[in-house]
Amino acid sequence: MVTSVTSFGRSGLYDWMMQRVTAVVLAAYTIFMIGYMLLNPELDYNQWSALFEGTAMRIFTLLTLLSLVAHAWIGMWSISTDYIKPTGIRFVFQSACGLLAFVYVVWGIQILWGV
Amino acid sequence: MLVSVYRYNPEIDDAPYMQDIQIDIPGGKDIMVLDLLHLLKEKDTSMTFRRSCREGVCGSDGLNMNGKNGLACITPLSEVVKNDKLVLRPLPGLPVIRDLVVDMGQFYKQYEKIKPFLINDTPAPAIERLQTPEERAELDGLYECILCACCSTSCPSFWWNPDKFVGPSGLLQAYRFLADSRDTATNERLAELDDPFSVFRCHGIMNCVNVCPKGLNPTKAIGKIRNMLISRAT
Repeated sequence: MVTSVTSFGRSGLYDWMMQRVTAVVLAAYTIFMIGYMLLNPELDYNQWSALFEGTAMRIFTLLTLLSLVAHAWIGMWSISTDYIKPTGIRFVFQSACGLLAFVYVVWGIQILWGV
Repeated sequence: MLVSVYRYNPEIDDAPYMQDIQIDIPGGKDIMVLDLLHLLKEKDTSMTFRRSCREGVCGSDGLNMNGKNGLACITPLSEVVKNDKLVLRPLPGLPVIRDLVVDMGQFYKQYEKIKPFLINDTPAPAIERLQTPEERAELDGLYECILCACCSTSCPSFWWNPDKFVGPSGLLQAYRFLADSRDTATNERLAELDDPFSVFRCHGIMNCVNVCPKGLNPTKAIGKIRNMLISRAT
């Protein structure tokens, strides 16, 4: 057993599963968005803000945002442990990714509930 | 034909270099790469490589031939030579001891980690532990591994984390014991593998399957380990 404290869920299986579950959410949101835009070619601000005022859309978007953050964390963590060998630099990189993810969540919530 | 060989003798050379050697194959026959190495050694006796059985059973002469890992003794020139040129390098990713000889320590360490022996805490029967033909068939495609390291040294995940990722060869062996009906340590074995590196560094690129000289499929075995981990944890 290789110990690891900076990975997303500490367990390889958990990370692997989260990566796949979040990928499904991201794919569903992407397909929904592309479909919505294709079905509404004359999209204007009122319709767009009305879409995001609905609770269901906010839940779906927030779920996607959280999925994106978890997905990105697992991916970036893997990349950093593959390619960045000096522990100090790797830890700084991972911390920066974590901070950026947190900023995106807060910023995303602010945008989502600000419309 | 032109053979370009990786040369490095740490006692003499400051750095590794590629030595180009022009060589004529006697009778223009389609010989094995190992035979070619012997011809090269006749020209330059300092040329160093490992070999033993010369028939693809012992797994000593794993090499990188024109970019692809394989056993020199069972790889005919016609299979690897391109434009009358052959580039021979040691197995990638492992420390080079001299010329084409690598230090397999990291590879064996990973093998050791998966406890490659039967563990059974029930009292031993008088004669032997029996298996049904079906149970025995579960081990086909697993037990044939000769530990030549062609697969693990073609795997980028093993290159980057040879100390943490068990690698395709070790994982194939790990599944060989997980799948064995006579082994009772399934849970303990799985618990050892459930971290972000040991199994899950495999991203399924199947380089291992592409190079295995015995035609085995480590990616499939890794998938089965993953399935066992999932059914154990959900």
